[in-house]
Amino acid sequence: MTHLLAAAAPLTSTAIGQPNRVAMVFFFVFIAITMGITWWAARRTKTTEHFYAAGRTVSPGQNGLALAGDYMSAASFLGIAGLVSTTGFDGLIYSTGWLVGWPVVLFLIAEPLRNLGRYTFTDVVAARLQQTPIRIAAAIGTLATVTLYLIAQMVGAGGLIKLMFGISYNQAIVIVGAAMIAYVLFGGMIATTWVQIVKAGLLLGGASILGVLALSHFGMSPTRLFAAAAEKYGDAVLAPGKLVSKPLDTISLGMALMFGTAGLPHILMRFYTVRDARAARTSVFYATGLIGYFYLMTFILGFGAMTLVGPDLIKSVDKGGNMAAPLLAEFLGGTPFLGFIAAVAFATILAVVAGLTLSGAAALSHDLWVSVARKGHADQREQLAVARIASVAMGIVAVLLGITFQGQNVAFMVGLAFAIAASANFPALALSIFWRGCSTAGAATSMIVGTFTTLVLIYFSPTVQVDILKHPSAWFALKNPALLTIPLSFAVGIVVSLLVPDRDAEHRFAQVQRQMHMGAAGE
Amino acid sequence: MTTTHAEQLRALAAARWRMALGLTLAMVVLYFGFIALIAFNKPLLATRLAPGLSLGILLGALVIVVSWLLTWVYVAWANRRYDVELHRLKTSDPQRS
Repeated sequence: MTHLLAAAAPLTSTAIGQPNRVAMVFFFVFIAITMGITWWAARRTKTTEHFYAAGRTVSPGQNGLALAGDYMSAASFLGIAGLVSTTGFDGLIYSTGWLVGWPVVLFLIAEPLRNLGRYTFTDVVAARLQQTPIRIAAAIGTLATVTLYLIAQMVGAGGLIKLMFGISYNQAIVIVGAAMIAYVLFGGMIATTWVQIVKAGLLLGGASILGVLALSHFGMSPTRLFAAAAEKYGDAVLAPGKLVSKPLDTISLGMALMFGTAGLPHILMRFYTVRDARAARTSVFYATGLIGYFYLMTFILGFGAMTLVGPDLIKSVDKGGNMAAPLLAEFLGGTPFLGFIAAVAFATILAVVAGLTLSGAAALSHDLWVSVARKGHADQREQLAVARIASVAMGIVAVLLGITFQGQNVAFMVGLAFAIAASANFPALALSIFWRGCSTAGAATSMIVGTFTTLVLIYFSPTVQVDILKHPSAWFALKNPALLTIPLSFAVGIVVSLLVPDRDAEHRFAQVQRQMHMGAAGE
Repeated sequence: MTTTHAEQLRALAAARWRMALGLTLAMVVLYFGFIALIAFNKPLLATRLAPGLSLGILLGALVIVVSWLLTWVYVAWANRRYDVELHRLKTSDPQRS
């Protein structure tokens, strides 16, 4: 331990909360680069194929990075590192949980999705069912997922920028909103993809440097780091503890994470940006590797922050522990490195909200306007114009929600977004792909029931009733309802399909199965 | 030919679903096995294997690594077997002119 104290003085106070010049410089460099990309992408965005699917020219490697970029949100970088630094092993449960959905996406969803759809996952559900009810129900599920995810990201971004740049919360939200609208409006999926790639590179690079620097205090040995943590804070930090006192809560959250990934609209949309099913498959393999590496890194970052910074200081800056990674950066590299990591976290949020906005806009314009309101009879010009209007609308909604929810504890909203994705989107998607008997009525009710039961049960859960409304107890015991709502959505989908069958859809199953494996004609 | 083109495609599709569902099941067992240990056998996970390395931390890291290896297994199978067979079926497809 002596060489540790010699190498760097313990952190007693922090520069977090004061404007950080380095953070601003890095942030403006990021904005300048991404706006350059957007300008370049705007000149290539001429059709809806470009706007929603980047012209299907993204390579598997690029898409792997972009998927990782879309998925690794600030919630995982800041939140999980914070959780590990304050609870130890319990936080690691999240690190593993956030990865295990990816193999499921690969095995069950990625290839059928690419072969059956054009722009949104709804294309797949609607492939052999009646357009109008399916599109409306799926748009509700998509918009609920996207909106909740957006709120969590926007509120996180506002808080972070306020701390790092010394500007007001509302100004921060407006800056995020303006940048994200610019990416999506002008550059569509091409710009959004490259913003994700740049961000994924920054985040993976930043986390790696942080991890290596932290490990250098422990002879580059993770186990020596863990041993040091156990020595300081007791053996309990290496074993399951308080956070998982209720087994069913842990299992329920696990289900939401595992099956929610396969229902996240902004992730599913990425599979349309590659050439074919084989490229979609390869891109998930790369993404899983990158995301797995990142979550393994959170083990190091979390325990590093616990041992080198200490849970007390971490909690004094932010109750939830969200500033653990930035504090670790400050300890290891001083204010400049703190600024760099803060800028990386901010770039992370900006990229994720751009991806979310694009997928929300696709639900509004492609699913609702073009397919429902215009019954598919809209020309390219109109489709592109509506997509752009929808992007601006989604961006403005995100800004307003960010301002409305200022100061609220929104950490639960990402879990909730996963629960809706897992209960509303995943069951209908899986049933329509696998089961001949899946009918229009069955899939539509499954999506509606999935969305609304999840929302209602979250409202009556301890997360909202006890933590936010400060009631002594909650009517519904689970913090995350996925354990109940996923089986419920499947059951509703199956029962309603049997009660209200769809003969046309059954006849089209063989054709759809063919296309699911062979790809669309002419592709 | 003893089997029709459509039958061959159906057999290939069935093979892919068997692979996909089998691997999904492996994933579910792997992750929920880990979660079940956390939920119901905390002392076991607290077992110390080496200084600084508890069974829980090792298994947590292994869940991530094995998940990725499972995606590798699928991609290797699909690229080497499924795609080759699919390509053969596509080129001999009577429905494509």
